[in-house]
Amino acid sequence: MTHLYKIFTFFLFLATTSILAQTNSVPTPAKAQSETIVLRGGTAHIGDGKVIENSIIVFENGKITMAADATMVKMDFTDKKVIDITGKEVYPGFVAASTSMGLMEIAAVRATRDEDEIGGLNPNVRSIISYNTDSRVIPTVRSNGILIAQVRPEGGRIAGTSTVVQLDAWNWEDAVYKIDDGIHLSWPHIYSFKGWWANPGGIEKNEKYSEEVTQIKDLFDQAKAYCQSNKHDEKNLKLSSMCGLFDGSQQLFIHVNMIKEIIEAVNFSKKYGVKIIIVGGEDAWMATDILKNNNIPVVIKRTQSLPSRSDEDIDLPFKLPKLLQDAGVLYCITLGDGSDAFWDQRNLPFHAGQAVPNGLTKEQAVTAITFNPAKILNIADKTGTLEVGKDANIIISTGDVLDMRTSNIEYAFIQGRAIDLDNKQKALYRKYMEKYGLKE
Amino acid sequence: MMKKFQTTLFIALLLSCAFVSAQTTFPVNGVYDQREGLYAFTNATIHTTYNRTIENATLLIRDGKVEAVGTTVTIPKDAVIVDVKDKHIYPSFIDLYANYGVPKVKGSSWNWGDPPQFLSTKDGAYAWNEAIKAEFDAVEHFKVDKKDAEEYINLGFGAVLTHQHDGIVRGSGVLVLLNDENEHEVILKEKASAHYSFQKGASSQVYPTSLMGSIALLRQTYLDAQWYAGIGNKEEKNITLQRFNELQNLPQIFEVRDWLSALRADKIGDEFGKQYIIKGDGDEYQRINALKSANVPFILPLNFPDAYDVEDPFDATNVSLKEMKHWELAASNASILAEANIEFAFTLDDLKNKKDFLKNIRKAINRGLSEEAALKALTYTPANLLGVNTLIGSLEKGKVANFLIVSDNIFEKKAVIHENWIGGKPNRLKELTQMDLRGEYAFNVGTVNYELQINGEPDAPNMEIILNDSTKITIKHTIHDESVSLSFDTDKDSLNQAKIGIGKVRLSGWIDKQGEQWVGRGQDADGQWIDWQILYAGELPEKEEDKKKDGDTKDTENKDVVDEEGEEEEQEEVGEVIYPFEAYGATSVPKQESILFKNATVWTNEADGILEQTDVLIENGKIAAIGEGLAISSSTKVINAEGKHLTSGVIDEHSHIAISKGVNEGGQASSAEVSIGDVVNSEDINIYRQLAGGVTTSQLLHGSANPIGGQSGIIKLKWGYLPEDMKMKDAPGFIKFALGENVKQSSWPSSSAKRFPQTRMGVEQVYVNAFTRAKEYGAQRQSLGVSSSKGKKRTTPSLGSSSVKPDLELDALLEIIEGKRFITCHSYVQSEITMLMRVAEQFGFKVNTFTHILEGYKVADKMKEHGVNASSFSDWWAYKYEVIDAIPYNGAIMHKMGVNVGFNSDDAEMARRLNQEAAKAIKYGGLSEEDAWKFVTLNPAKMLHIDDKVGSIKIGKDADVVLWSDNPLSIYAKAEKTFIDGICFFDREENEQREEYVRRERNRLVQKMLEVKKKGGKTQAAKPKKKRLYHCDDMGEGETTDFYHEHHKGH
Repeated sequence: MTHLYKIFTFFLFLATTSILAQTNSVPTPAKAQSETIVLRGGTAHIGDGKVIENSIIVFENGKITMAADATMVKMDFTDKKVIDITGKEVYPGFVAASTSMGLMEIAAVRATRDEDEIGGLNPNVRSIISYNTDSRVIPTVRSNGILIAQVRPEGGRIAGTSTVVQLDAWNWEDAVYKIDDGIHLSWPHIYSFKGWWANPGGIEKNEKYSEEVTQIKDLFDQAKAYCQSNKHDEKNLKLSSMCGLFDGSQQLFIHVNMIKEIIEAVNFSKKYGVKIIIVGGEDAWMATDILKNNNIPVVIKRTQSLPSRSDEDIDLPFKLPKLLQDAGVLYCITLGDGSDAFWDQRNLPFHAGQAVPNGLTKEQAVTAITFNPAKILNIADKTGTLEVGKDANIIISTGDVLDMRTSNIEYAFIQGRAIDLDNKQKALYRKYMEKYGLKE
Repeated sequence: MMKKFQTTLFIALLLSCAFVSAQTTFPVNGVYDQREGLYAFTNATIHTTYNRTIENATLLIRDGKVEAVGTTVTIPKDAVIVDVKDKHIYPSFIDLYANYGVPKVKGSSWNWGDPPQFLSTKDGAYAWNEAIKAEFDAVEHFKVDKKDAEEYINLGFGAVLTHQHDGIVRGSGVLVLLNDENEHEVILKEKASAHYSFQKGASSQVYPTSLMGSIALLRQTYLDAQWYAGIGNKEEKNITLQRFNELQNLPQIFEVRDWLSALRADKIGDEFGKQYIIKGDGDEYQRINALKSANVPFILPLNFPDAYDVEDPFDATNVSLKEMKHWELAASNASILAEANIEFAFTLDDLKNKKDFLKNIRKAINRGLSEEAALKALTYTPANLLGVNTLIGSLEKGKVANFLIVSDNIFEKKAVIHENWIGGKPNRLKELTQMDLRGEYAFNVGTVNYELQINGEPDAPNMEIILNDSTKITIKHTIHDESVSLSFDTDKDSLNQAKIGIGKVRLSGWIDKQGEQWVGRGQDADGQWIDWQILYAGELPEKEEDKKKDGDTKDTENKDVVDEEGEEEEQEEVGEVIYPFEAYGATSVPKQESILFKNATVWTNEADGILEQTDVLIENGKIAAIGEGLAISSSTKVINAEGKHLTSGVIDEHSHIAISKGVNEGGQASSAEVSIGDVVNSEDINIYRQLAGGVTTSQLLHGSANPIGGQSGIIKLKWGYLPEDMKMKDAPGFIKFALGENVKQSSWPSSSAKRFPQTRMGVEQVYVNAFTRAKEYGAQRQSLGVSSSKGKKRTTPSLGSSSVKPDLELDALLEIIEGKRFITCHSYVQSEITMLMRVAEQFGFKVNTFTHILEGYKVADKMKEHGVNASSFSDWWAYKYEVIDAIPYNGAIMHKMGVNVGFNSDDAEMARRLNQEAAKAIKYGGLSEEDAWKFVTLNPAKMLHIDDKVGSIKIGKDADVVLWSDNPLSIYAKAEKTFIDGICFFDREENEQREEYVRRERNRLVQKMLEVKKKGGKTQAAKPKKKRLYHCDDMGEGETTDFYHEHHKGH
């Protein structure tokens, strides 16, 4: 009986939320770009560090066809939709690397989570098929300018395969921007916690560390050998799912923070000739030489975080981007792991902004969430800058988007499509402003 | 505060049952063999007590007692005379913190997944809580343990005070001699002490889960016991409380794990008229002045940490400056206490390798502790603290004959304890008459003649055949009494080989005449029997000694401070104590200044709004003037604030930093009796980090594990100050309440989720029940004319006549009803928000603040009507079901509806960016900059009822101000200077010096530890030990975890 009751209430819940949906809180994916759009007069932040004060950006059929200084351009704007953005800021859409957005709806409710499959080694598990384009969270993130995201599974040693998506789609097949782009590995910890959170037993050397590393190496040895041949009497799904790593079509994202673990992860990658990316990399500032010499980029998680050691520079996480920038290590910024890494992605521009009073120029900070993640995710040919030939993934803000004091996104385009920036939260805002008779 | 202990009156009684010569109840199987034990130890250097030494003296003992001591002692004819020429005699040591012969307690029987145990499962009329074990008398469980005793005896101990190290109230201890005899004969004093701690130990009950819970439980136990002594025993029988009362006149010993808790214990002692003897942790030097003013006697462990193995520079990053400095300074602890005139005794407890005991005392002496003070801490002080100094602790007529015969001054490295006499009975540890065999000898083996040298130490001689200046053959030897066994390899000389063969020569014999001749027989390398002899030829050559001295000088030049065992030899330079004892601490705490900020953009938060190009003067900790061209005195420091912004300090209404050992007392649905104010931790690095974000005041809140949480601590972030000095003066009392998923344990496994309430319906009933009880309690107390027990010294014997038991939980709840304590309630959904307001109205009070309050926008009109404040997050959501409708416009809507709104952090990281969070109220909801800024300054001040002191730049308010590099709402703004009460606690330029200090000091200590390792000293692995960050629903006392930055946010 109670079970039936629960199912009933569950459907009741669904019914309630769909009524809410009718209050215009679920934006409809935009139609394909039909007319040429001209953005005139804005300050264009190209994404590669360049700024064009008085710019003309033109895009048609989803692609940028012009990004230039308005004073240098003579052009006929008839038959084109011209949007005057004088005094406003225009940027490439932001790219959020390594997020569980779309796989997780309410962190504490297990039924709404699809990011963590059981079993330690799941390279064959693919995030994209769980990606929920109808998540109520995505529109709230998108309305802050995040247009592209790498959706990745987490948990276990090898959590699975990620896919890069664009954030305005009817279904996951529509959403794909770069399918199965990388495999996500959590490097073993040299130290482990004893006890549990209410009764911690302190930190001890992880006695199984070598064993855990060996397990990874065994898997990679076998996968590399397996991928040499197309013919197998018995197909192994796990091994075959890793072949992209060895032919260069996929990258290996290694989630690792501590310095010694980072170094071991790098040396591991050299042995297998796999292209790796360090995700997390709190200690990456101590390993800039080895990272640079091996062309290994870093996905920084949360500049707005605390130093991991009490003796460290109190602002070290704020300064990490600058330290990597100066050392010539390619990096980008994202939000982090676990239960905050999805909804909190809407603060991505501010995590980039945080690095500005700590050493980066504003344009470098923009690059850290546009061109750099595009490069790291191997999608820089399609997005990441406002350059001719790239997808028209563009946002326009009335003020500096890196600063919450001025960030206010008015328009966003994904592949030239003008997307609806409304979301459930704005709808609730309107609903209650109306209830109280308040004016915005 | 220090209380003189009554000297015991039972000495005569005790003596009569403790010694062999007395009558006994035990039958003897055989012939009675009672000996008088009359001994005279002559020609000794006798240290009769810690500060009196008699040379060439005699100690006479009889029947286990000292009969006479001095230079003029008449030795009875029937005394056994022991000539101890050149030896030292000391009173045997006393340890007040032993766990000897008393059953050790295993850990809790509770296992993960078991249902929670709310009440005691102990059979009988005992306390409700298993951690209160006043009924445990160690004497009833004491059993002589020969093996454990030996460890103590070998180190020089004669008597120990032992108790069971388990629980918060641990019952009584028993003072025993360490002899291997009948229990009846070794017990010196039963019920000699009462013992306490803040650790609940093996109790499997859920309450208490935190340090503040332990503190509250102890307080309530004192009150219960007072009540029980009066009227209570007529209402119920409670053996524990009865026995608790019986413990009260004994010396009270309290174990703590750090100096912070030493101060906490002392405070409880003050409340109940007790002076505890504190068993410390060895870190007391870190706040010596505070402990000196507390005037607490200590029992000190000598658990000096080993050096960290920092050979690998990456591994070294795992070790904090705090750990490194403690490694260096731990040995200085005793000397620093002695210098501050704090009374202390030493204990063997906590020392991992017990054999290090004397070595560590020598280290302490090397750091400046006088030998007299060391001896005092081992003998006189423990006896004195226990009130048994007429019995033990010195060698005077009539005292127990507990003494050591030592080869030298006991604090010298070469000193050897020959004998440890306890109760007049010898424990012989090392041959008393040690022959000094060193010298040059002629060594004849069969027909071979060698030159022989015996060198080294008298008790560990080396024997070497000297072939020439560079070639020696070591002789393996065993010398026992006068019997000798020797063996050596024959030398390469062909002539000698022809005589005694190639291989091992083995000899046996005896010392015929000491210092002259050794003789015996043996077999040469060919197996032929031969005669041998060794003849004394003279003293060792001088040259040898000179060479050694040269070597020593060289060592000193090389700054060799350790010998081959890693033991310090020379007086060494050590670093200074910093306040707090943590990275970014300083050698002195900053002082108040008079400062003029010139030409700043001033965010007044008052009617004046934001003033451009304005000066602000702070003096005597207050804001003294605002305007242009202000008159200043010559001592005023002028800060050019051109282009900068000056604001009042950020106030975080919801913080969990700076809390020791547990943010939740979640064992019960209501824990109104506990207080965060009791567990403020001044040493948390996050205090400093948040100063760098402009935070000056924080409400440290209890967590959200239960509907009625605990009382708050409102602190100013005075980095380097003591917890009591950080607490804001005259701040009103607050208490944390919580609603919703956390309190109904939604994310707990069903096996553990057993505590009422499990629904929002139940939550309401918890409140109605609690306030109903509190109201009745208040009415009863009023009818009896008893006022609240808070704020006074809690010794209220008059309560004995009252039938209302003082109850700390109900006291706090009553204060809420009476409007003397304010609620900050963790809340999310509109239903429960409205519920709590209605419950409050039913009992005639107002809810002060809803914190989090993410659905506040849905009931903003009702909130306005009730008059409640809202302390929210700017943009958090989606982390749990009850925040599914959270919106970042929440703050703006409530504000527009006239509710006083603030943004808080509930997070150690976000707290240092609350200025940015405030700016989100502009982005989401379009607030003006002025209004947004008040979200993190004036508005929280109003909620906390401290806006008369802080929250704006107004003449007369506290000089809690921040100088920002930019508009403070901007992500590009940095707090450059942060002042509290006119004291600069953070300065970005000075921060660089602090950083440099950390770097330099770490490097110095790393080099020093590497040196220890190089010399073969012991090291420990350099593992990370990160402190835990608390969030709302964290349970337990955990202080480690979080190293890998797993973000478990439980708001």
